[in-house]
Amino acid sequence: MPNVTQDSRRNFMKLFAAAGGGLVLGFNTTSSVASALGLIDEAKLPAAAIDFNSYLSISPENIITILSPNPELGQNIKTSFPMIVAEELDADWTKVKVVQAPLDTNKFERQVTGGSGAVPHSWERLRKAGATARHMLVEAAAKRWKVPANSLTTENGTVVHAASGRKLTYGELATEASKVPVPADVKLKDNKDFKLIGTAVRNVDNHEMITGQPLYGLDIYKEGMLYAMIQRPEAFGLKLKSVDAAAAKAMPGIVDVVTFKNNVAVVGKSTWQVMKARKALKISYEQEGALESSADHDRLFKELLKSPEATVRRKDGDVDAAFKKAAKIIESEYQCPFLSHSPMEPMNFFAHVRPDGVELAGPTQTPERARDQVAKLLGIAPESITLELTRLGGGFGRRLSADYVLEAAELSSLVKAPVKVIWSREDDMTGGIYRPAVRYRFEAALDAKGNMIGYKLRGVGINSGNPTREDNFPSGAVENLLIESVEHQSPITTGPWRAPITNFLAYAEQAFLDEIAHAAKKDPVQFRLELLERAKKSPVGEIKYDIDRMRGVIELAAEKSGWGKKKGVAQGFSVYFSHRSYVAQVAEVKLKNAVPVIDKIYAAADCGIVVNLSGAYQQVRGGIVDGLGHAMYSKLSFKGGAPEQQNFNNYRLIRLKEVPEIDVHFVNNGIDPTGLGEPALPPTGGAVANAIFKATGKRLRNQPFVEQPELKNVIG
Amino acid sequence: MAIYKLQINGRSYEVDVEPDTPLLWVLRDNLGLVGAKYGCGIAQCGACTVHVNGNAMRSCVYPVSAASNAKITTIEGLSEDGSHPVQLAWDEVDVAQCGYCQAGQIMTATALLNKNPKPSAEEIDNAMNGNICRCGTYHRIREAVALAATKQK
Repeated sequence: MPNVTQDSRRNFMKLFAAAGGGLVLGFNTTSSVASALGLIDEAKLPAAAIDFNSYLSISPENIITILSPNPELGQNIKTSFPMIVAEELDADWTKVKVVQAPLDTNKFERQVTGGSGAVPHSWERLRKAGATARHMLVEAAAKRWKVPANSLTTENGTVVHAASGRKLTYGELATEASKVPVPADVKLKDNKDFKLIGTAVRNVDNHEMITGQPLYGLDIYKEGMLYAMIQRPEAFGLKLKSVDAAAAKAMPGIVDVVTFKNNVAVVGKSTWQVMKARKALKISYEQEGALESSADHDRLFKELLKSPEATVRRKDGDVDAAFKKAAKIIESEYQCPFLSHSPMEPMNFFAHVRPDGVELAGPTQTPERARDQVAKLLGIAPESITLELTRLGGGFGRRLSADYVLEAAELSSLVKAPVKVIWSREDDMTGGIYRPAVRYRFEAALDAKGNMIGYKLRGVGINSGNPTREDNFPSGAVENLLIESVEHQSPITTGPWRAPITNFLAYAEQAFLDEIAHAAKKDPVQFRLELLERAKKSPVGEIKYDIDRMRGVIELAAEKSGWGKKKGVAQGFSVYFSHRSYVAQVAEVKLKNAVPVIDKIYAAADCGIVVNLSGAYQQVRGGIVDGLGHAMYSKLSFKGGAPEQQNFNNYRLIRLKEVPEIDVHFVNNGIDPTGLGEPALPPTGGAVANAIFKATGKRLRNQPFVEQPELKNVIG
Repeated sequence: MAIYKLQINGRSYEVDVEPDTPLLWVLRDNLGLVGAKYGCGIAQCGACTVHVNGNAMRSCVYPVSAASNAKITTIEGLSEDGSHPVQLAWDEVDVAQCGYCQAGQIMTATALLNKNPKPSAEEIDNAMNGNICRCGTYHRIREAVALAATKQK
């Protein structure tokens, strides 16, 4: 492994031999010295030995157990993490057992699913975990056979001495290996020697999923557990005034009705009973904030786009001068609605607050944050809380917020019983924490030759934070550039939604670049490549994207799609850098009876080394389906502070018949993995809108596309 | 509350619940059969799909009072060990991402193949269109249904 980062220098330590023998390894972030700790079980580990962040164990029976610490929500981390360990270990994958680890801030680092960061963060540490164990197993075999370690090789979970034809399984060597000194450093494999990484490996939970075994938070049942549903205010800006719970309390199976904060919780013996009883609550609310409607937001956006009070995010050169001398100016505005995350498994969490500690269990993308917030809420030490991670039935960023975990903990502390809070689909959709609604105004100045000499972007959003990514392309390629933003504070709650901000910004930017290319009479791919060339030759200000990697995906997508060479099909192009990876897409639209039909989407992704080809391929395809579906169909609008959509009957998600063929290609450049959970989504809307323009001459500037008057009678 | 006798996966069960309780919640809360999932509660997403007398049904809106005397199959009853052709196809194609909707997808696909062992691509699309997959595994769902059709005895 040529590049050694700070992470990779972290020392490894041997922890303990598992009960009955066997090797358990972890790696320590602080200590450089470790000694064998004897036969103890994990729960009895001395505090000094617990400080590590990933581990594997090998039993004498040759079962290799790899703990997967990060929450699994469909990004396939529970399969790809262990693959990385198993690769360096030269394990027999069929003998690897993968176990979801609970939250353990002593053992693990960054037990988070978000920001497409898990594999990039853990790549080296997982490899070292495998390589260190492999080294110790080889040393143990060398000692037993009295041969030099460098005369031994490993394959498929065995150490082999080719000269004598001897062979031992890792299980047979595990106990002896646990006594070998832990190496200070180990050699990692050359990428070309990977046997498992880069292949298609099936999901480790497939059997449980296809046989309907309990895996998810909603599937959990714990002894004595009560079920709860919570009535929250029906509109943002309302607060609880009074509750008449008499009728609800009298219904069968209802144990209690409890009020806390703005919540009225119905607690009972089954889901259906609390669901029904909740409808019998008589609650009155009073206004405490603005009751905003989407029509208010539309008006507000227009004001904010003109507001003198904007935050400057990036300023290069002199835009005013550039626009004054421009031969041509292009202006355009793009807007997106709020979106619900709508993971298929609605929010839920189990909590049991006891005098001696708290037990939490369920689906969360941020177990540590959830635990710490519960500790703060209850005024107890985080160490007195355990958190068991279930598989997540989707997340999309919604489960980065711990609101529903806090509800469960607070309710359990009030009713003094183990309780699971369950959100109905309607609760999930109307309960807040949405992708913010945003509007963008773009302006571009072209000189007489069609060169872009000025570029302006203002983003205005509702609780959006900074709705721009000011250092993204084309920043760095334009001499005079101004990027600014204005945020409106609203009672409507928002949060990260898969590829936060860029999930719509990418569409707006890439559609606007298409408008500029069209105005400049340039081919959209050539136009982007020229801008990159300019950024490479004479960068303007700081450049925070990798020009070569972006060019790489552009060229690959153009090549694979036969860009510009096809007849009878309209192609649209888009490319985006988000998180750490690069994805370019070409959408193809055909006209069938004058109706534009999205026929195919090509994707070229550069996420560095692909760990699991099956997971990665589907991750890109799924990201495109997600991007396409929300661009085409989805919208959460408001009236009087209340969402106008409550369930899948009026909030439209993409369905099977609506997905086009999708063809995925990866750039093979040997770079360490840079993440793939999000980056395939942002480019899709732009590629599709640009292809629809090519086919129909109509520009789509607002989402969802199906509601745009330009396409009213042509798609749906 | 009333007593209902149910025939599920070839076994007999007796539950004491309110007549309007959807079959989904009886399966999940009363019988511990959690393969069928709650997704929307209004028969829009298909995550709760089970078979009632061989037909794919949305158990979230199917009252238990209507289920007496019916032959119910849930994903747990497709096979003892995941060896039903549709389950095998789902594994082989590696369909799932988060996996939450997949039990419902599998039950819809199985009902289709029981009635139409060699469906066309269009018939597969029509049958599966009612099941939402938020992760977007639709291509693999199509592929797995087609593969399962080749595995049926």
